[in-house]
Amino acid sequence: MRPQDILLPTAAGLCCKPGGFHIDPVRPVERAVITHGHSDHARAGHGAVLATQETLDMMRLRYGENFAGTTQAIRYGEEIRLGDVKVKFHPAGHVLGSAQIAVTCKDTCIVASGDYKDAPDPTCAPFELVPCDVFITEATFGLPVFRHGDAADEVKKLLASVELFPERAHLVGAYSLGKAQRVIALLRAAGYDTPIYLHGAMETITHYYQSRGIALGELRPVKGTKKTDLAGTITLAPPSATSDIWTRRFPDPVTAFASGWMRVRARARQGGVELPLVISDHADWDGLTATIAATGAGEIWVTHGQEDALVHWCKTKGLAAQPLDLVGYGDEEESETQLASEAEA
Amino acid sequence: MNRFAQLLDRLAYEPGRNNKLRLITGYFREVGDPDRGYALAALTGALSFKHAKPGLIRDLIAARTDPVLFGLSYDYVGDLSETVALMWPKGVVNDGQSFLGYPPPPPSPARGEGVQRDAGRRESDTSNNKSEAVVSETVTVVDVSSRDAGTASTAPSPLTGEGQGGGCPGGDDSHHLRPRNHNHPPPPTLTDVVTTLRTLGKTELPGQLARWLDELDETGRWALLKLVTGALRIGVSARLAKTAAAALGDKDPHEIELIWPGLVPPYLDLFAWLEGRAEKPVNRDPAPFRPVMLAHAIEDSDFQSLDPADYVAEWKWDGIRVQAVAGRNDRGHITARLYSRTGEDITGSFPDLVPSLHLPGAIDGELLVVRDGRVQSFNVLQQRLNRKVVSPKLIKDFPIHLRAYDLLGDDENDLRELPFAERRQHLETFIKKLGDSRIDLSPTVPFDSWDALTAARADPASAGAGEDAEAVEGVMLKRRDAPYLPGRPKGQWWKWKRDPHIIDAVLMYAQRGHGKRSSYYSDYTFGVWTGGEGGDELVPVGKAYFGFTDEELLEIDRFVRRNTTEKFGPVRHVVHEPDKGLVLEVAFEGLQRSPRHKSGVAMRFPRISRLRWDKPPREADRLETLEKMLKAEVAEIEA
Repeated sequence: MRPQDILLPTAAGLCCKPGGFHIDPVRPVERAVITHGHSDHARAGHGAVLATQETLDMMRLRYGENFAGTTQAIRYGEEIRLGDVKVKFHPAGHVLGSAQIAVTCKDTCIVASGDYKDAPDPTCAPFELVPCDVFITEATFGLPVFRHGDAADEVKKLLASVELFPERAHLVGAYSLGKAQRVIALLRAAGYDTPIYLHGAMETITHYYQSRGIALGELRPVKGTKKTDLAGTITLAPPSATSDIWTRRFPDPVTAFASGWMRVRARARQGGVELPLVISDHADWDGLTATIAATGAGEIWVTHGQEDALVHWCKTKGLAAQPLDLVGYGDEEESETQLASEAEA
Repeated sequence: MNRFAQLLDRLAYEPGRNNKLRLITGYFREVGDPDRGYALAALTGALSFKHAKPGLIRDLIAARTDPVLFGLSYDYVGDLSETVALMWPKGVVNDGQSFLGYPPPPPSPARGEGVQRDAGRRESDTSNNKSEAVVSETVTVVDVSSRDAGTASTAPSPLTGEGQGGGCPGGDDSHHLRPRNHNHPPPPTLTDVVTTLRTLGKTELPGQLARWLDELDETGRWALLKLVTGALRIGVSARLAKTAAAALGDKDPHEIELIWPGLVPPYLDLFAWLEGRAEKPVNRDPAPFRPVMLAHAIEDSDFQSLDPADYVAEWKWDGIRVQAVAGRNDRGHITARLYSRTGEDITGSFPDLVPSLHLPGAIDGELLVVRDGRVQSFNVLQQRLNRKVVSPKLIKDFPIHLRAYDLLGDDENDLRELPFAERRQHLETFIKKLGDSRIDLSPTVPFDSWDALTAARADPASAGAGEDAEAVEGVMLKRRDAPYLPGRPKGQWWKWKRDPHIIDAVLMYAQRGHGKRSSYYSDYTFGVWTGGEGGDELVPVGKAYFGFTDEELLEIDRFVRRNTTEKFGPVRHVVHEPDKGLVLEVAFEGLQRSPRHKSGVAMRFPRISRLRWDKPPREADRLETLEKMLKAEVAEIEA
């Protein structure tokens, strides 16, 4: 069986005809299998949704009780049959509950990895390598200039800045699902045990992480805190909020942003960031290439991001590779903007 | 080097002057000699070594990376040094060669240890042949055994690879604290880099650079490449760096400025003094800088309390304020130096003036371009500023000239304690003795009442400035009995600038500011009307981000948010129609033709002088008004 008979890119998303479902569909479909809870992958309005319990919970928190007709939770390592295919979930190491989805039909196995990272993250299950015939990889950071380094070192940079500017507030822009909690956990791991402040849009999802047993220490809402009391503190906020009127409640804020994009100076400067922190929930170039190699897959499909460079690299390594034209992914930031303005209102 | 790189990295992003000072002072406090001294030298432009050419850097990266991947990366990043710093292959020296078809390096159990990021990873022995070819080239490989667990350790490895942040107190480099593969030499210190570069032969440079790039982390590589290509550009002036050093010992930066010419990197004596471990270094420089005396801007209300008889008036020339100093060295030879008003040595940019400074003395004056006996405008002078290479043609086409205001020293004598009137006498004698056509006296402006001076200021041409009137930007008032005092002492010197040009323009786009202003739309692009295909349209003529009060900033910010028509990242299009929009009164000092602007003009020193809420945009000024102003100025540059 040809791989494209099993999974095929369509306008609604990656479609599995023999299984009768879509993976991370961007439009409402009858049956959706969802890799993780970021809003560009997990959308409301599908008939039936199959995902990890965490992903389902996050969708419920974001979209309300009626986000889908029916839901079914699946555990990592659990395999179920859908139509003519078998579907198995494996940890993707991206955010809490994130999964790679292995779709097997006859003797062909395709792994749709969703967003993934192979770097350690105390807030989610580590990435698991799944040997397969076709590996579908993201390429968010698919250029050799993206090498993220150790996130703990970036957090040290933040703490050094807090120490140097004790009269200023430190505002850390971070995606509210995953990145924010990881940054908090990293701060705790670095020995920072004073309360950390949260923008309103961060609270729900962060409390959910805590309810899943992830220790984040004492967290406080920014709302209702006096300006002078915010001196020397660290606040996590959605990226869009860090240049908003909202920041006027902080004393002389230092604007930080935790993102893999911060590796490139022009990107950081464009966003008015004063303290770029290279912390990413996506695999960097070395992670992408090492993972692709290690899956043993002979064919690589590359999606959302810098496809060209990664496809080129695969070919120089003798791997069959092609860009997969899927639209609608990789705009976590856009959806964050809405969240931020909702919370502000 | 990595610690210095972190400093540069942070400075490059920090917009606030005080915060920059804190960062630099913090670095000086934390890092020991001699590294901090070389850092001070790098920041003040006092390092001298042959710079590497971009071509050399390109060759280095081309030999190590796939050309297609480099091309895509360079396109994305847009800066050569940064691209190379980011994609330089880690640690393994042979890494890039497999791209070129060489056999991959033999697998070694030790390889990659120093760069592994994750304890859960190790060299893969995956059985798949196809992947083996791939694996041999990558340094870190996912551990296949973790597939059945999902429980592999997530603890960060103690062998954490590239240090990105933190840094260790007390030293520039932390290699002695980090376990390392013995095959990896420690990264170079800033001192290593600077001292090696000084003596390195041209043929050795590529190899040495490559070794350093292998040893440094991303930020370290970026800083090294900026350093060796001579393009730091991180928004720190020499003055700021010296001020940060002064703060280390609670000293006045002027004190450093005074002794600076006698100091050499790595400034051990300077830091010893700043830390209270030694006496202040003595400036043995034969031509030292003296802190400059500055004037206050005069307000209309100030005149009532001032007696015209107490003051001497001079033209305020529109050039750059300099101090020209000559002195005899140990062997009796004349050494001459030209300093900016902040004490930066700018002699190198004006070699044509040096022979004229042949008598020991210190002149305070204005640097101008004089052609055929006529003083040229600032626009003309600008062609000579900030030049690294001064060609004979430049010297011939833009002849430099010094117009003397004051004399601070005459041979061995310090004249600064004398009253201005007496110094002026000394100055007149000194200039006569020099007898050089490149240096002349700034004439005084006779007046007996404030009304007479007002008239002279309004029409310099008929008050003595004659044909040079275009280069006059106002008058200076100096108390006859004022000694030469550093800084801006009250009531001694006044500047009375001519009125700025004013136009009414329409706010077109607004951009968010930086730092404290990052939540405010505080940078404004404004335009004036011009005839277009479909009738009158606004064309942008400039950008301003100051001149308004804090209250006005709030009002404009509110207006921008409520009248945005489109958003492009940090930029907002603000409504600008004949009947809807905000008219800004813009003040500026001059105009220049500029092919880079759609309107063809660029303003000098534009600022918002008033908000014209009362004025409908259709009544704002037209481009023709600016073009008329421009004509006179342009003829001069092209002459």
